[in-house]
Amino acid sequence: MTRKTEKPFLEGWFAQGEAGAHLLGSRCTSCGTYYFPRQARFCRNPACAGEQFEEVPLSRRGRLWSYTDACYQPPEPFIAADPYLPFAIAAVELEQEQMIVLGPVVQGVDVAALTVGMPMELVVETLSETATERHLSWKWKPAP
Amino acid sequence: MSRDIAILGVGMHPWGKWGRSFVDYGVVAARAALADAGVDWRRVQFVSGAATIRNGYPGQVAGATFAQALGWQGAQVNTSYAACASGSQALAAARSRILSGECELALVIGADTTPKGFLAPAKGERPDDPDWVRFRLGITNPTYFALYARRRMALYGDSVDDFAQVKIKNSEHGCENPNARYRKRFTPAEVAASPMVANPLRLMDVCATSDGAAALIVASIDYARRVGRGDAPRVAAISTVTPTFASSTIEMPDIATDSAVAAAAHSFRAALPAKAYEEAGIGPADVSLAEVYDLSTALELDWIEDLQLCGRGEAASLLRGGATRVGGRIPVNASGGLACFGEAVPAQALAQVCELTWQLRGQAGARQVRDAKVGITANQGLFGHGSAVIVKR
Repeated sequence: MTRKTEKPFLEGWFAQGEAGAHLLGSRCTSCGTYYFPRQARFCRNPACAGEQFEEVPLSRRGRLWSYTDACYQPPEPFIAADPYLPFAIAAVELEQEQMIVLGPVVQGVDVAALTVGMPMELVVETLSETATERHLSWKWKPAP
Repeated sequence: MSRDIAILGVGMHPWGKWGRSFVDYGVVAARAALADAGVDWRRVQFVSGAATIRNGYPGQVAGATFAQALGWQGAQVNTSYAACASGSQALAAARSRILSGECELALVIGADTTPKGFLAPAKGERPDDPDWVRFRLGITNPTYFALYARRRMALYGDSVDDFAQVKIKNSEHGCENPNARYRKRFTPAEVAASPMVANPLRLMDVCATSDGAAALIVASIDYARRVGRGDAPRVAAISTVTPTFASSTIEMPDIATDSAVAAAAHSFRAALPAKAYEEAGIGPADVSLAEVYDLSTALELDWIEDLQLCGRGEAASLLRGGATRVGGRIPVNASGGLACFGEAVPAQALAQVCELTWQLRGQAGARQVRDAKVGITANQGLFGHGSAVIVKR
């Protein structure tokens, strides 16, 4: 049996570093606004004409703003396992960036294990698979 | 100088899953509105259509499509697309033409035929489109509604029973509405027994997608007076403001909010009615009834607070006390709301105005709000589109 090729479902949105997984954001060098996904051409702060950005890893920990789950199989382009496996979804508030970022919750963590305000951390896990590929995504996981 | 325009006629095609062309529904609604206004179609000078994006090219040029279907008669034409606010933007286009003196009589119209199931994004691999990215991750529209609902539970102590009571209230209102799709009274047990869609929201907490159409005949106040209709309900405000950076609530279809490190955080939902109140010179205390976008039961409670009908976090207690039902202090979704209609995107904002018009005329039958004088609508869709319209008499 040949090993499946692993690849991120989106290039350049997240990375697995030595300290753990993080989202790849950008930061306006004029006003300091963070962006995810990355913004590289123009700042969307109406008070800022900035066009210079630095790429920054976003905080890999945050607090759970809210959460839910996907009990029904989402439509395409979602690629579902057969049979479909429901999963939880988290909205996590990053303190330093002052923004909320959505993501699936890791497999095996049900909404019953989640509480608004709890610490969460970013990990990389399989999002979907085909016969030859394994697509990776960022996911949120309750932090110790 | 008055910035008002008169609503001379309103009409709808009943909401449902009829499986016919959106044009058929639109013509029914337009003819009903024309008859209600006592206006000959050939007199209409401006046709302002709300576009539907799931019905091919005719849907994207809805204004011209309806003008052709009703019979080409040389009117000026416009089409607006703004997701759930499409109808309000089409109404705003008609108001601008009327107030500038370019025309005095206009048809505003929206209709849709919807597919079964979740509203899904356009096809193709498009990682630059946040709508594609979120669906690739499995984040559907109910995901966002559920995140807001759970947040209310954590912040204000709302319960799933409160959310169910919104459905029960709206189902009581809608079963008296001949244009509603779902005309059945629900019990708490039925809501609780419906399948979970996005925890804590069950199927009965989340609105369906529907076919339907709504149309308005609007005119200058001068015209209304000349035809003896100076007392017709008036559009007193149309707010279609964008969010203000930094938009701090996670909104469809985005994966992340704006970062609020360099600018203060703002709420988009609260901004929409605030602008409408300012424009109309009317305050929340003057409002007799509200038609709000209950994409979910819990979202109705958010809207009630965004409309400033009570303090933040107090909507559930307003609901529990019966204030938001017909007969209460401030009825919300007397039409039955999306809970009983399901969403027919380009028609929905206009359907809200139809309901306010019937209410302000005292023609709402069993769901009539007593002595209704001022009504406000609120809705919100993708990519920073939303609207609030104030109708008064």
